[in-house]
Amino acid sequence: MDVTSILAEWTPYLIGGISLTLGLVAIALGIGVALGLPFALVQVYGPRPAKAAISAYAWFFRGLPVLVLLFLFYFGIFPAMGLDLPAFFVGAVVLGLRGAAYQSQIFRGAIQSINEGQMIAALSLGMTRLTAIKSIILPQSLRIALPGWSNEYPEILTDSAICYAIGVAELLTRTSQIVAVTYVTMPIYLCCALIFILLNYAGMRVIHVVEKRVAIPGFGAGAG
Amino acid sequence: MWSKKELPSRASGQGQDSPMKDDAFVLRVEDIHKKFGTNEVLKGVSFNVRKGETIVFIGPSGTGKSTLLRCINQLTIPEKGRVWLHDDEVTNSGPKISYFRQKIGMVFQNFYLFDHLTAVRNVEIALLKVKKMDPESARRQALYELEQVGMKGWADHYPAELSGGQAQRVSIARALAMDPEVILFDEPTSALDPELTREVLEVMKKLAKSGMTMLVVSHEMGFAASVANQIIFMENGNIVEQGPPDALLYDPAYVRTRKFVGQFADLTQRKD
Ligand SMILES: Nc1ncnc2c1ncn2[C@@H]1O[C@H](COP(=O)(O)OP(=O)(O)O)[C@@H](O)[C@H]1O
Ligand SMILES: [Mg+2]
Repeated sequence: MDVTSILAEWTPYLIGGISLTLGLVAIALGIGVALGLPFALVQVYGPRPAKAAISAYAWFFRGLPVLVLLFLFYFGIFPAMGLDLPAFFVGAVVLGLRGAAYQSQIFRGAIQSINEGQMIAALSLGMTRLTAIKSIILPQSLRIALPGWSNEYPEILTDSAICYAIGVAELLTRTSQIVAVTYVTMPIYLCCALIFILLNYAGMRVIHVVEKRVAIPGFGAGAG
Repeated sequence: MWSKKELPSRASGQGQDSPMKDDAFVLRVEDIHKKFGTNEVLKGVSFNVRKGETIVFIGPSGTGKSTLLRCINQLTIPEKGRVWLHDDEVTNSGPKISYFRQKIGMVFQNFYLFDHLTAVRNVEIALLKVKKMDPESARRQALYELEQVGMKGWADHYPAELSGGQAQRVSIARALAMDPEVILFDEPTSALDPELTREVLEVMKKLAKSGMTMLVVSHEMGFAASVANQIIFMENGNIVEQGPPDALLYDPAYVRTRKFVGQFADLTQRKD
């Protein structure tokens, strides 16, 4: 059997791996934004104890290797909480929680980069702080955060392969299984690498299009 | 020397000491004290503002002029003292402060336009989000306000595309849109070149003539001489002297005022 027909035979299996990989990335990015953005707002506008709690959170998730976090949650924390969660779910959550730690820093920097005067001007017009954050601060800081945030996609995409270690049937796991069955090594791993590169490229194109669409003259990246 | 001020028709030129009922005042500021840490910035400032009056505040930098304006609309909370808009207390007003801030507009030295919004969106955003106006009316009013400051032709431009003078005029339109009774100007032309300063002062003059009540921190003595009904000289957190421009600029009662005003003699000579 030649390499092409082996690949053809296993393509559906690999595609299943791609969808699990993209699933991990999508859920992780979703959790990352859903937690990272509020964390950033708390770090800028919140009370002191809440700020400290989020600093501790970020310190914990940024200070440990992903693999350690993964084992800690899969074999330790979740079972100790009496939760018997599928590996896929644990992988996505750990990547997401870790992403939130990084993304909160990105969003915080973006929020703090907005000239404080705009908040003052918004208040002077009778806006509440919350309205000012929603209508004035966030639309700007999200644009500013986008280029930095877009690095999270390749980060999480490449990190997702580590879910191999807890047996999630994502792209790398399935690639290794195919290698084990067929004894074809180099072409199969190259194929896996190529798929990662393509996923990476495609995702960055999408982000780039979004950046272009939301660009404002004289403002942030991609703008004149 | 100082050019004589032409009194706007709506200002009746009342004497400082003529007995007036409280409701003759749009704004009353009473015994404002403010400290930052141990730095006592305002040491009991009081004054009253009549409808249609323009009061220009002058004084050395670090004297508390900006802090005073911010205490008036509670962007800074004073430790002591009260502010009234007509008969309603602005200080300690809780959530009602949003209403008072609409009624007491503010214009800043650095404009503080919303960078992600076009000129017209800058003016209408608070109409939409604070006054909950419907989009068509908000847009119509925003364009009207821009027209008032000569910026209607720039409605769709972003702040980064505007000169400082244009940006400041948009920020004046933004304050006007809330239908304020008083507007506070904190050194509105200090960040501008002389040319751009002129176009902003023109708008402010027009506004004063139309009967707007204005408190202006500025060292544009030409503007003060020709537009102000009163000038207040502040130093070290206190009002040193207060009076009509003729008295305060030509014939100040205090040496400190004389010294301060003296620095601007050459500036004011070249005006108009
Ligand atoms: N938010 C603040 N925190 C601490 N000190 C402040 C703050 N705002 C103003 N000050 C201090 O208050 C004093 C008066 O400032 P300001 O009101 O800006 O004076 P002016 O407008 O007359 O130049 C200055 O010493 C300034 O450093
Ligand atoms: Mg000042």
